Amino acid sequence: MPKIEPPLISLEKAGIERGGRWLVRGVDLTVARGEIVTLIGPNGSGKSSTAKMALGVIKPDEGTAERMPGLRVGYVPQKLSVDWTLPLTVARFMRLTGKPDAAEAEKALAATGIAHLTGAEIRNLSGGEFQRAMLARAIARKPDLLVLDEPVQGVDYSGEIALYDLIRKIRDDNGCGILLISHDLHVVMAATDRVICLNGHVCCQGSPVTVASSDAYRRLFGGYTDAALAVYQHNHDHTHLADGRVQHADGSVTAHCHPDDGHHKCHPDDGHHDDHPDDSHHAHNHDHQKGQGGGSVHPAPVAAAAAPTAPNLKGSRDA
Amino acid sequence: MLDDFFFRAILAGLGVALVAGPLGCFLVWRRLAYFGDTQAHAALLGVALALLLEINVTLAVFVVSALISLALLALQKRATLSSDALLGLLSHASLAIGLVALAFMTWVRVDLMGLLFGDILAVSKTDIAVIWTGGLLVLAVLAVIWRPLFAATVNTELAEAEGMHPDRVNLVFMILMATVIAISMKIVGVLLITAMLIIPAATARRFATGPEQMAVLASFAGMAAVVLGLEASLAWDTPSGPTIVVAALVLFVLAMSPVGSAIVRIASFIGARGKRKGAPS
Repeated sequence: MPKIEPPLISLEKAGIERGGRWLVRGVDLTVARGEIVTLIGPNGSGKSSTAKMALGVIKPDEGTAERMPGLRVGYVPQKLSVDWTLPLTVARFMRLTGKPDAAEAEKALAATGIAHLTGAEIRNLSGGEFQRAMLARAIARKPDLLVLDEPVQGVDYSGEIALYDLIRKIRDDNGCGILLISHDLHVVMAATDRVICLNGHVCCQGSPVTVASSDAYRRLFGGYTDAALAVYQHNHDHTHLADGRVQHADGSVTAHCHPDDGHHKCHPDDGHHDDHPDDSHHAHNHDHQKGQGGGSVHPAPVAAAAAPTAPNLKGSRDA
Repeated sequence: MLDDFFFRAILAGLGVALVAGPLGCFLVWRRLAYFGDTQAHAALLGVALALLLEINVTLAVFVVSALISLALLALQKRATLSSDALLGLLSHASLAIGLVALAFMTWVRVDLMGLLFGDILAVSKTDIAVIWTGGLLVLAVLAVIWRPLFAATVNTELAEAEGMHPDRVNLVFMILMATVIAISMKIVGVLLITAMLIIPAATARRFATGPEQMAVLASFAGMAAVVLGLEASLAWDTPSGPTIVVAALVLFVLAMSPVGSAIVRIASFIGARGKRKGAPS
């Protein structure tokens, strides 16, 4: 369903060179309206640089970076230190680059859970609170494109899940495109339409399931992949929309959710590697391995997403 | 009234303080406190050039200060040295070039004391006109670029990403600074110009809860320092430029003292009461 209209941003064979070293090279990337694209990769893999190219903050040294004319951007940078000499309250911070109306700003602050801090000085916020303030500011702009560079760093674990849920909800409500950078693999996998795995270049990309089961990804992230995938598989290969319908990992939407309806993909560990990223409608059974699942490994995402873990699901409880 | 030298001095000083306040805030926020110094040092080069080419001194100072600012912007882009190192480099390089250039012009005698400390008691009606038109123009432009300039001060990349064009507004800011240096050099002199930019802003920081508020308070603090300083210099027969700076310092010390704390407490109490009244129960 994306791809119909022109993308909000597109990078083509884009690269940045600094001091004779390519920070990142040959990146092809598009973000369309209503799409969440996640960049993952180890330190120094060029995630932030790629995001800055997409934003136009850094001009690519090779390739092209294009943005839709008049694109309205909300940006949460990875690092932002507010000097103590700056008298800056959260309320003024919300109006930093525009004039969102007061109700919009209030709503955004409430959504990120810091409505009580409106009058607080930025420099007195904790790391997690400041991160929420930055996210609220970006949301209140009502952007076409949200670029979030490690948006939940320093946020406590349960808050993290809630913020990722919020990010997805913003996409659903506003229909904006979201470019997300994160290394919280297990959670990110859940909230993403497309994953691009970077390590100086694009290692692999595709739906979360495709990427997680690719060899390049496994080489890059080693032992963490199983846990990430387990949680992903057991909780988030489908999403329960607000209207009760179910959206699957392949992007299709159905009224209900059944394990054998062809929308659910297999766990790669069961020897059934899914190497057909576009072939979403081949049916196979869905044998969850409960012991390895989110329930025991990562309890929080299960609770927060309220996604069913039982294989036989008739309707959805949280509909 | 304009025939009274003392009244002219006050009027000129108020004009400089009015515009120095907000610009000084940006220097404090951007940690460019020595930017005023650098431009002022470059002003000596401007004076030398003005004498050499027989052009208007204020204009020459403005042009040289603006060029130094552009050099700073260009060097900052390369980002191999920190801003303070770059400022030191530009500041003393231009000062040295100015002194060397003056040495070559054996036929001119520069009033070095006047240049360094200013001569506010000698301002003419034309000077006042230049200060107030230039100053109000600077304030008007600053009001236009205020939001993008402040956004760029908080974070350049964020401002750039969200379409605030930080490069453009930084350039405009530098030009505004050069203007202020050029028009205020005669008042407080090269050595003390930084004081008029920084000290009122530092005083205002004590009481401000927002950037706009701080800019306005800095203007008021500077204007108070001008009036107090000039009156004191008249009463005790002290040099007027330095006395204004001492007055600014006294205000700063008062702001930092328990007197300042009391004012902050009273202000926040009034603010909180106002909010409670305004809120629907």
